[in-house]
Amino acid sequence: MSSNSTQGRPEAIRAVPVRHPGRWVAAGVIAILAIMAVHAVITNTRFHWAEQAKYAFDASVIAGVKTTLMLTFFSMLIGVVLGIILAIMRLSSNPLVSGAAWLYIWIFRGTPVLVQLLVWASLGALFPTLGLGIPFGHLFFSARTFDLIPGLAAALLGLGLNEAAYMSEIVRAGILSVDEGQSEAATALGMTKMLTLRRIVLPQAMRVIVPPTGNETISMLKTTSLVAYVPYYELLFKVQNIYTRTYQVMPMLIMASLWYLAMTSILMTGQYYIERHFARGSLRTLPPTPVQRFRTRFLGISG
Amino acid sequence: MTQPMVKAENVYKSFGRLEVLKGINIEVAPRKVFCIIGPSGSGKSTFLRCINHLEKIDAGRLAVNGELVGYHERGGLLHEMRERDVAAQRRKIGMVFQSFNLFPHMTVLGNVMEAPINVRGEAKAIVLERATKLLERVGLEDKMNNYPSQLSGGQQQRVAIARALAMEPELMLFDEPTSALDPELVGEVLDVMRKLAEDGMTMIVVTHEMNFAREVGDALVFMDGGVVVESGNPRDVLSNPQHERTKTFLSKVL
Repeated sequence: MSSNSTQGRPEAIRAVPVRHPGRWVAAGVIAILAIMAVHAVITNTRFHWAEQAKYAFDASVIAGVKTTLMLTFFSMLIGVVLGIILAIMRLSSNPLVSGAAWLYIWIFRGTPVLVQLLVWASLGALFPTLGLGIPFGHLFFSARTFDLIPGLAAALLGLGLNEAAYMSEIVRAGILSVDEGQSEAATALGMTKMLTLRRIVLPQAMRVIVPPTGNETISMLKTTSLVAYVPYYELLFKVQNIYTRTYQVMPMLIMASLWYLAMTSILMTGQYYIERHFARGSLRTLPPTPVQRFRTRFLGISG
Repeated sequence: MTQPMVKAENVYKSFGRLEVLKGINIEVAPRKVFCIIGPSGSGKSTFLRCINHLEKIDAGRLAVNGELVGYHERGGLLHEMRERDVAAQRRKIGMVFQSFNLFPHMTVLGNVMEAPINVRGEAKAIVLERATKLLERVGLEDKMNNYPSQLSGGQQQRVAIARALAMEPELMLFDEPTSALDPELVGEVLDVMRKLAEDGMTMIVVTHEMNFAREVGDALVFMDGGVVVESGNPRDVLSNPQHERTKTFLSKVL
């Protein structure tokens, strides 16, 4: 019968594209709304943009930003490390071990984080002194609770221990998402359980663990603002200090929000690249980075 | 007579109430290819998994190279082995799975080198040399830096064989190694296994490839309902089965 070689390649199809009138209408509506919003924000003097700019990089605000980032980092560190341990404990075949992890998650996930923060900050009311010793016996060491748990420690304990409960469920979901054949193959090669977990299961679980962990980190960045009530001086605490002095509540709150937005944006970018890293092997070709996409789209350079 | 590589005496195994193995007696001689055939649910894969203690047996004795699998025998009592000791036994037994089970987050080379480096603690350079040779042997030297998802099923299974061989096992277990493959890819995996048999590897192969069993197998058992129904030379059993169950099974698959 007729083959391609005798007929040759037919002419490429040049059809009239489908019209999308709805898109034009939507674009028009959005443009008008955007102009209205910009107009409202610029002409309303009560935003006090100049005031905001004046305090945005004030030394105390910068110190608050740094503290917020520091609290986020260390709380998440505690949360992730403890979360992995709790997840492994929950999957243990020893009922005492998995039960202990369950109890921990039950308590720390079941009570508000603000309450937990306040409890850590005022633990001295419950246990005026903390010490290490044999129950009902000799005490090796003891100190006043308030000296042992200053504001920073209370903040980190409150945020980190609460986060661990959530992280453990995320890690557990990740571990369960890895096919059983993987640990079987590893076991057949003579790997111990711990080595299998470290080399085979956890690296694959990361694909499932990273996106919700990014979510948790962003959530944590904002939850640190609760620490203002411990009290510990993070960004919101500093901003509150300013507006109680200047009475410019709304401008200062907006300024703080802009700071939180900026920090979240940076975290989101980081998350994108971490996800890309752990996608190795599970995708045939990695998705392009934003920079690569920009180059192919606007400069016509691929690769 | 030389010591058998695998010796199973009256092996029983249940999953809950379901009895899967009901008294298996098998001896596998070293440097021989031992084939197990039978319908699904006959217990053949379970028996294979008992040999490297992926499943614990409930009764009987199972020994590899004269050593009980998973237990120490002291003073007439069986003591369960610690995890580390079981793992040490498994290092000498390679296993190839129906679904390949390659590690998807590692390259082909990474898959082959993983266990020798992290389990046996060998030097990277030595392992790299051995891994390269093994990948040449299975014809995949040009895929070393690819990830498993970039390979065909047949290629993945050949990598899985190389990965098991990298631990220099004295026994290889194959659990339906070609059942998940497209028909046109079955041949390349069987070729690798045939070469391995020629090199003198002791192999236990659970398979539906009757031609492979006939040509390469030194011994064959037909299992059904958790027992060995018939055993003998593959050519005899396959062309002249004695039992009715074997005849019905073979008439359906041949």
